[in-house]
Amino acid sequence: MSLVGKRILIAKPGLDGHDVGAKIIALALRDAGAEVIYTGLRKAPEYIARIAVEEDVDAVGLSILSGSHVQLVRETMRCLREAQGGNIKLFVGGTIPQEDAAALLEAGATGIFNASQRIEDVIAEMGRQLAAS
Amino acid sequence: MTQPSTIPSEPSQPSAHTPSGIAVPDVVTADMVDAAKIGAPGQYPFTRGIFDNGYRGRLWTFRQYSGFGSAEETNERYKFLIAQGQTGLSVALDLPTQCGYDPTAPMASAEVGKVGVSLSNLAEAELLFEGLDLAKLSTSFTINGTAAIVYAMYLAVADKRGVPRAKLTGTIQNDILKEYVARGTWIFPVRPSMRLIADSIVYSNEQTPRFNPISIAGAHVRDAGCTAAEEIAYTLANAFAYVDELVARGGDPNAFAKRLSFFFYVHMDFFEEICKFRAARRYWARQLKERYGVTDEKALMFRFGVVCGGSSLTAEQPYNNIVRVGIENMAAVMGGAQSIFTCAFDEAFQIPTETSAEIALRTQQIVAYESGISRTVDPLGGSYYVEWLTDRMEEEMAKVIQEIDDYGGTVRAIEDGYLQMRIARRALERKLDIDNGERVVVGVNYFRHAEARSELGEVFRLDPAAAGKVVARYQRVKDTRDNALVERTLAALGHAATRDDINLMPLLVDCCHAYATVGEMVDTLKQHWGEFQEPVRL
Repeated sequence: MSLVGKRILIAKPGLDGHDVGAKIIALALRDAGAEVIYTGLRKAPEYIARIAVEEDVDAVGLSILSGSHVQLVRETMRCLREAQGGNIKLFVGGTIPQEDAAALLEAGATGIFNASQRIEDVIAEMGRQLAAS
Repeated sequence: MTQPSTIPSEPSQPSAHTPSGIAVPDVVTADMVDAAKIGAPGQYPFTRGIFDNGYRGRLWTFRQYSGFGSAEETNERYKFLIAQGQTGLSVALDLPTQCGYDPTAPMASAEVGKVGVSLSNLAEAELLFEGLDLAKLSTSFTINGTAAIVYAMYLAVADKRGVPRAKLTGTIQNDILKEYVARGTWIFPVRPSMRLIADSIVYSNEQTPRFNPISIAGAHVRDAGCTAAEEIAYTLANAFAYVDELVARGGDPNAFAKRLSFFFYVHMDFFEEICKFRAARRYWARQLKERYGVTDEKALMFRFGVVCGGSSLTAEQPYNNIVRVGIENMAAVMGGAQSIFTCAFDEAFQIPTETSAEIALRTQQIVAYESGISRTVDPLGGSYYVEWLTDRMEEEMAKVIQEIDDYGGTVRAIEDGYLQMRIARRALERKLDIDNGERVVVGVNYFRHAEARSELGEVFRLDPAAAGKVVARYQRVKDTRDNALVERTLAALGHAATRDDINLMPLLVDCCHAYATVGEMVDTLKQHWGEFQEPVRL
């Protein structure tokens, strides 16, 4: 599944400083042909939404390992809608307990990934979701 | 992506290369080992350990990292762990406290009490240590960006309780350089951060001579993805930067080096982990002696704590993690660690439950009291393979340190984002090695269950009321404290921030005594110092 021509923003919301996952996925998405922008650490949901809209991305990938994912995903979705970016797909990666998946999907997330999934599978799934849009 | 779409159903024979890339022969023989380099335990260059009798004199400290929610809940967990035989405290702080935000700050609202306990002011610290004997208990704080502030708060608690400062033992991590590289709780730019660290070390050496004012940590770069040899190399490169800073301030390394300590991860490659510690001890002692002219033997000793687990643990088949941590715990002991933290089997994905936290501690007790491996010092000393691999690890770490020096030093490599980039690329390599089956992780890429299933018996849930309690108490402190006094102490801090000749520590202690908050102290310093600008490089 190719991501050529897709623009993706990888973002770290909140205060969590674990950025390895974000960087791994950013590098891998770029290797798969996507144009990738990475926000760096500690960004507010408003900021992430603004950059996503300004940069006209197809998708935002949030990386969260602090346990604050439900709140941060809801906030980011709200900010995206307010910034007229409601069509931008939101993916979430990190330490997300299975029982929180439903809440994230309900909040508007398109896909949820964890560290032990193969990168190839993550990219294929993102490619499928973005092709459908 | 070059990885195959399927991986073999069973792993091949163990790789001939260690994870650091060292090619290991089928057999190591006596002629491949330089016996003259080994030396004796307790003697320079300390390959075999810093004590002549190893753990017979004193066992390592059992130091389980713990903290969550409110100060009361965490205090309760500490009392539980102490009752179970834990011998030192290790305080986990929440991200707002680590990044310098009060619990009411907009950036903080989602994270109060999530990954650690909230400690925004002295009132919280008093609750956290309620009923615990600070004169007897050694307390370690994983704190960096706000380390000087949390240390000041600890001193203020001791002062208020009448505990003599000279009796305090413990550690603050206080290693900002690796925060820029891997852990991310930086606040100020490099320059003022280095000054704050030097201030706290100088002050601690005078006021709390038994306290370790810095624990230079490789654990986080390791967990982020780099190899064992790089872990030591990046850490020692940072350590030399701190030593240079202290020497430039007129410090005598014969004195201050006695209170420098280190902190690393232990992952799964048993012998490489053991040998990295033996090599690090030898390399550090030699460098201090030859580069800095240190002559005092005690100042040449490389003292370190470890954490077993981290990214070597898996969310799949979580009970397997108990075995992994047991093996890593043994490697830490064979490597001569001074303190050990064994992760709980569920720690890869949640705050440990009381049950999992207890198993982690029991693991250490089994290794310490049943296995007999602490019976004699450095039991693997003289093993052809161990001595050979120790030499190879030392060469490897020296090579990486040279590369950093060639780049222009660790501070430049960090400010440019060069080190961050190196680690990210390593992390991607490691991930792809797992994805394509070259690196075996049982339960993840081999020996999986056919269907995904949840196997965890017990799930930890934070008290949902904890954050609200913390915020309410914070408001009460702000309403009832002497605000004029707070303003005065903060103004004095701000003034001193602009003057390199004033040590900031006494001013921070004054602020803490006045119940100034972490956010207020950080904001005061930010006004003068600004914030670190993260180099974002991919």
